[in-house]
Amino acid sequence: MEHTSLLERILRGIALTLVVIFFMFPIVWILMMSFQTNETILRIPPQLVFKPTLANYTALITGKLTTAAGTLDIAFMRNLWNSVFLSVTSVAVALLLGVPAAYAFARHKFRGSEDIAFTLLSFRFAPALLVLLPLTLYFQKLGLANTYIGLIWVYQLICLPLILWIVRGYFEDIPADIEYAYRIAGHSWFATFRKIALPLAGPGIAAAGLLAFIFAWNNFVFALVLASADKQPVTVGALAFITSSGIQYGQISAAIVLSITPTLALALYAQRYLVEGLSLGAVKG
Amino acid sequence: MASLELRNVVKRYKSQTVLDNLSLSVADGETLVLFGPSGAGKTVLLRLVAGVIDPDEGKIFIGGEDMTDLDAEFRGVGMAFQNFALFPHMTAFDNIATPLQAKRSSQNAMKAGVESVAKLLKIGHVLSHKPRALSNGQKQRTALARALVGSPPVLLLDDPLRNVDAKLRFEMRLELPRLLADRGATVVYVTQDYKEAMALGDRIAVMSQGVIMQLGTPEQIYREPANIEIARLFGDPTINLLDIKPSRDAKGIYVGLSNVQVHLTGAYDATVGRDCVIGLRPEALRFVDEGTPAAIPVTIEAETPLNEKIVTLVRTVRGREILVSRPAGTPGQTEGSAHIAVDGKSALLFDRASGDRIGAKNVVNLHSGEAA
Repeated sequence: MEHTSLLERILRGIALTLVVIFFMFPIVWILMMSFQTNETILRIPPQLVFKPTLANYTALITGKLTTAAGTLDIAFMRNLWNSVFLSVTSVAVALLLGVPAAYAFARHKFRGSEDIAFTLLSFRFAPALLVLLPLTLYFQKLGLANTYIGLIWVYQLICLPLILWIVRGYFEDIPADIEYAYRIAGHSWFATFRKIALPLAGPGIAAAGLLAFIFAWNNFVFALVLASADKQPVTVGALAFITSSGIQYGQISAAIVLSITPTLALALYAQRYLVEGLSLGAVKG
Repeated sequence: MASLELRNVVKRYKSQTVLDNLSLSVADGETLVLFGPSGAGKTVLLRLVAGVIDPDEGKIFIGGEDMTDLDAEFRGVGMAFQNFALFPHMTAFDNIATPLQAKRSSQNAMKAGVESVAKLLKIGHVLSHKPRALSNGQKQRTALARALVGSPPVLLLDDPLRNVDAKLRFEMRLELPRLLADRGATVVYVTQDYKEAMALGDRIAVMSQGVIMQLGTPEQIYREPANIEIARLFGDPTINLLDIKPSRDAKGIYVGLSNVQVHLTGAYDATVGRDCVIGLRPEALRFVDEGTPAAIPVTIEAETPLNEKIVTLVRTVRGREILVSRPAGTPGQTEGSAHIAVDGKSALLFDRASGDRIGAKNVVNLHSGEAA
C-alpha cells in the first residue's frame, strides 16, 4: 500500500468517486426534491440551486396535503408508526422463534430435519400473490384480516426463513468442541446455548435481524391486500400521494426520506456488529 | 478419584465402525496414553468418556458408576481439546473459571482456584486477555488450566501439545508428568507422538482402526511390539525391517544377512522356512572391526548427526539399506566400507503375512482388551 504512485492514487480516487456518485445520486436527488415544491421539481431543465422549503415535511407531519384540488387528509405519520411497529414486532417474533430453531437445525440432525428446514425456506420461493388469495379468505374467516396480529403472522413468511437460514449457518460455524467444552465444564445445554452459542453467533443474528427488518419494512403486497388504511405501512401509504390532481413528488420525496431514515440509522448502528464478524481466534492458532 | 472402564463399546458413524467392541480399564490415578494414527478412534473414545457423544453399544463406568446415559455436565471429567476450544468471547480468567461457575463457587473461591492453577501453568499474567491475544502456548496452557481447575477425578487430554511449537512441546513433555502426578487424577492422554506416549504413559494403548492393538507399559510396547505396525510407530530412527527366511543349524535358529549367519535367541523353532521380517532397532546395531564373528560388511552411505545420537545409513552387499544409531560423541567411521554386528537377542521377528510378532507374549486379545 505504501508504494502506490501518485497516478494510482488519483485513479483510485476517481474510481471511488464514480462509484459513490452512482450509488448516492438517487438518494441525494430525493433529498433535494424533498425540500422543493412540485413546480421547482418539474422545471426543465432541473436546477441545482433552489429556495428550500419545509412545506413537504410540514404537510406530512400535520397530515394535511394541500393540492390544487383542495386539502386532502393523509395518514403518513400513522403509516410510519405502522411500519415501525409491524417490522419491529415481526423481527422480534421471528428472532424468538427462528434463533432457537436455527440452533436445533444446526446442532441436532434428526430425521427429516433437512426437509423441514428446506420447507421453511421454500416459503420464500412462492410468489406472494400466489398465497395471498387463500390467505385473505382464511384471514377473513379467522377474523385476522386487518389486524396487527394477522399482519405480523404473515410477515413471518418473510422474516422467519431468512433468520432461520442465516443464523443456522452461523451456529454451524461455531466449532462443536467449544460447546462440548462448556458442557464438560458442567453446564446444561441451555446454559451452553445462552452463554456460548448466542454470543458467538451474535453478529450473524444481528445481520439476519437487520436483513429481516429491511425486508419486512419494504414489504408492499401483503400489507396492500391484508390491511386497510389504519394498519397500512408507509410502502402502501405512499400510494396516497398519487392524487387526482397529480403526483405529489415533493411529498413523496419527503416521505421517502422519512421512511428510509429508520432503516438507515439501524444499518449504520448495526454495521459494527456486521463487520466484527466471527472472530474465533481461540480455536485455531 | 476414580477409575475408568469401557465395556464392549461400539461406535458407528453411518456404516463405518469407528470403535469396534472396545474394552479398556484405567486404574485410579493411572495415566493411560492412547496412541495411534489419525482415524484410529482415539478422539472418539475420549468423547464417549466425556459424554459429548453416545456409544451405540456398550457401557462406560467412571469410579464404578455407570455413566453411559449421563449427560456430559454430570460426569465430572475435565477435558483439554486438541484445538484448545477456548471460548473466544471470554477472557482467559473466565475461560478457566467456567468449571467453577458450574459448581456455583463463590467469587473468592473462584478467584483463588483460577489463580492457583494459572500460577502452576505460568499464565497468571495473561488472565485478563481474550484468547485472540494469547500465543499458542498460552492458549494451550489456558485450555489445560480449564481442564485442571475443578480437580476432576478423570482428566481427558486430547493431544494437547499438537498445536504448539516444538520447543514448548518439549518443555511440556517434561512438565506434564509431574503436573498430572501431583493431581492424582486418572488421566487418558491422546497423542500421535510416540515420545510423548513413552514419556507420559504408565501404560500405552496402541489403537488402530477402532481396536486396541496392544496395551502395555512403554517398555513393553518398545521391546515387545505386537506387530510390525507398532514396531514401526515407536522409535526414532525407525526400526530396520528386512525380509528373511530363518533356517536351522546345529547352533539353533539363524537368519542369513548378507551371507552372514546371525543366530537368534528365542523360541523361533516354528519359523524355519517361513517368510518372516526381522526388526532391528538402529541402536541395537553397532559397528565392529572386520573379522569379528558374524560381522556384516556394509558401505556407509550417509551420516546424520542428531542431537543426542548419530544415525548412519549403510548399504549391505545385497543393496538393502539399514540405519545404525550410536550415541553422539562416540567415534565411528564416516565413509567407506565397514562392518556391523547384529545383537541376536534384541532382534524382533515378525510373520510377513500377518505382521504379528512371533513369540509375542503380551499381545492383546483384541476383543477383551485384557492382556492374554
